[in-house]
Amino acid sequence: MFSFIIRRLLVAVPTVLALITVSFVLMHAAPGGPFTNERNVPEAVMENIEAKYNLDKPLWQQYFIYVGNVAQGDLGPSFRYKDFTVNELIESSFPRSAYIGAWSFLFVVVFGVGLGVLAALKQNRWPDYTVMTAAMTGVVFPNFVMAPLLVLLFAVTLRWLPAGGWEGGQVEYIVMPIIAMATSYIAQVARITRSSMIETLRSPFIRTARAKGIPRHKIVLRHALKPALIPVVSYLGPAFVGIITGSVIIDQVFSTGGIGQHFVNGAINRDYSLILGITILVGILTIVFNAVVDILYTWLDPRVRY
Amino acid sequence: MTLINQQTKIIQRCGLSGSDVRHSVQSVLILLVLLALAACGGEGKGKAGVAALAATDISAPEARLREHPETGERLARKQVLVRGNASEPASLDPQLVQDTVGGAIVVDLFEGLTRSGPDGDTEPALAKSWASSDNNLTWTFHLREDGRWSDGTGVTAHDFVYSWRRAVDPELGSNYAYYIESAGVANAGEIIAGEKSPETLGVRALDDFTFEVSLAEPITYLPDMTVHYTMFPAPRQAIEAHGADWTKPGNMVSNGAYLLHTWHLGEKLVAARNPYYRRDDQTIIDRVVYVPIESASAELQRYASGELHMTSTVPVSQMARLKKERPDELVMAPSIATYMYTFNVNRSPFDDVRVRRALTYAIDRNIIVSYITRGEQMPAFSLTPPYVSGFDFRQPDYATWSQPERDEAARQELAKAGYTEDHPLEFELLYNTDESHKALAIVISQMWKEKLGANVTISNLEWKTFLSEKQAGNFGMARHGWKGDYNEASTFLTLLTSDSGNNDGGWSNPEYDQLLLDARSSEDPNPYYVRAEEILWQEFPVAPVYFNTTVALVSPMLKGYPENNPRNIIYSKDMYITAD
Repeated sequence: MFSFIIRRLLVAVPTVLALITVSFVLMHAAPGGPFTNERNVPEAVMENIEAKYNLDKPLWQQYFIYVGNVAQGDLGPSFRYKDFTVNELIESSFPRSAYIGAWSFLFVVVFGVGLGVLAALKQNRWPDYTVMTAAMTGVVFPNFVMAPLLVLLFAVTLRWLPAGGWEGGQVEYIVMPIIAMATSYIAQVARITRSSMIETLRSPFIRTARAKGIPRHKIVLRHALKPALIPVVSYLGPAFVGIITGSVIIDQVFSTGGIGQHFVNGAINRDYSLILGITILVGILTIVFNAVVDILYTWLDPRVRY
Repeated sequence: MTLINQQTKIIQRCGLSGSDVRHSVQSVLILLVLLALAACGGEGKGKAGVAALAATDISAPEARLREHPETGERLARKQVLVRGNASEPASLDPQLVQDTVGGAIVVDLFEGLTRSGPDGDTEPALAKSWASSDNNLTWTFHLREDGRWSDGTGVTAHDFVYSWRRAVDPELGSNYAYYIESAGVANAGEIIAGEKSPETLGVRALDDFTFEVSLAEPITYLPDMTVHYTMFPAPRQAIEAHGADWTKPGNMVSNGAYLLHTWHLGEKLVAARNPYYRRDDQTIIDRVVYVPIESASAELQRYASGELHMTSTVPVSQMARLKKERPDELVMAPSIATYMYTFNVNRSPFDDVRVRRALTYAIDRNIIVSYITRGEQMPAFSLTPPYVSGFDFRQPDYATWSQPERDEAARQELAKAGYTEDHPLEFELLYNTDESHKALAIVISQMWKEKLGANVTISNLEWKTFLSEKQAGNFGMARHGWKGDYNEASTFLTLLTSDSGNNDGGWSNPEYDQLLLDARSSEDPNPYYVRAEEILWQEFPVAPVYFNTTVALVSPMLKGYPENNPRNIIYSKDMYITAD
């Protein structure tokens, strides 16, 4: 296990570097730049702005300056939000997204797996149909549909909850973002769990266990659940990164101030350093959680060895 | 733990015992709860009690007054104004701000020499009077002596000298450095180009309260230009103490009616009353909260749920419904902005003035403003909006014709230019991705198709791509919008001079250029402007579509919203919230 982690770490460094390089090239290849504006300023003004942000240097030089700074943990100034560095932007927004995301993820696992198992055990009876109908509804209600609907119902019509804001993460402010975030994922997880559970319950080792007369609940929990969770965990690893790095929709509809809004705005504004900063963050999180998923496999399936 | 109980209940109904459930589910849950807790901890303790601050934002003091001193209206107990503000400002530094959302906040935090009155006219602010000498080459502003920074120190002419120099300083890299140059301030161009030091800029403090500006070329409208935030004073003491971090809450020092209280990016920015402001006793609103909501429909929902006093815009698709349901809350203020299509005159078929004329004639502007934009915009047949201060607004002959007459003239022009049914006009119309631009492009290209038989391809491009294509001249016809920087006709007319950086269509006319040059120094520039507009009516470098309005929803409880200010500058201190 220890050597496995070391190996992963060694691979992670070139992976992140490759990610930075590709993103850097792609970004600068996009037309326009951070300072392309509706009001075209005189050339001398533009030259001063570009000099301030090192954009007047050749691209390879900009790249090495950037990578050098990243190595020291400095993601540079934001091109768009001139009063902030990218580090400050990520520090202020990522914890919020991660907070909403962690709660959403909790709901996703508990309800997704719970409902999936329930549906599998009551296959082709009313609980199964109910759960699956709900799941299908959840899948066709992605968060960009769900979020405005929740606001319309609970904030505009009933006036039970505020339509947006964060206010230090008070419950009434984060309930809707969490629900909007979790709904479609819960539906997905329930479907994956159900099919995987049904398949596992038909395996020979379950039949053996039943032949031995082990009570049904013990079979499900002690023997069937772990192998049935393997595909679920494969789905949840990457999904987790997506959930805790927030969503543009959630941030835009609820003004939560999370990191999701920076994804799209960074690209629209050609805020090079912000896009790269977020790319690096998401890249590192993805590497970490893929490793976590692989470690979970060894616990779920004793045949897996590293 | 309630979750585990729910989970238990579900599984118990399937005939399972609690102990087994805990055995396998617990380990997964513990991991997740730890994660959630880690996220909690990060938010609360990481940044000097962010959560605690956020919770106190709205705990504004009780309003000082129960009744409005002049009108006697009952005032709300909490004077907290919540404003929708379309996005997060690029900066709060007066010399770096470059967008309307930043401007909206900065005019509350800072006060310049002049301000925009309720009808858009220039009024004295920190300058109590001004005068020009030697043919408008020298301007002297006499400052009030009671201006205060929020740290209690006085605002003097030296602060203006410092901030104007700062604006053109290459070190700062301000986008609006050109604004000081376009005002004709001596040496601005050379300083920007790095040929002279910022100290050589034509600004001087004759004494603490006399600010003198020397111009390289005379202009008559310098006081109108000082309404703009680029020319606001900047607090030298805070900038030298904190460097680039001076605009952060706690570091920022400002001289307007409000000071920066808290700033949570993407959530809200809160400004609190500045007790040192020279007329603080007249300020009624204690706190102003600016909420950056990028989606117009999300903003509308926040307004409908009672969380905003005013929005920054209204989705075009909702206009018809809102006119029915909330007619008293829908405010449509004129705006000094023009919506138009720019022709690339160096590219066929637009190198032929007859084609440009035909296309301009054939746009049925009444249909557009009545059924598409619906915000009481005004059909435009010329470039400069009528609400521009002091402008002698005239219209071309074709504005008085009926639309069928215009269509007939358009067909004749096109026939003269050699386009027939067998040889139809073909071109591409470019716009940036946006619902309202799309609707207009579809409708107008359809008009050209039906009336003139033109085959128009409409293409949309992502914003920055659109801009770089347009600025490089890689287009035939493109959407263009222009909003005045200051309230004077030259801000529109100089758009089409040969040396203008925003004249993307490449049209050039020596007589036009000369007229605008002469107008700068003339006591009454209107004759020059009228003649310049006449040239545009003959040459059609652009096809004007409509003069814009600013549409917003304003709560009935909010009083003092400037409904007639075409500059759309809203000073929170001029408003108040009534109890009912």
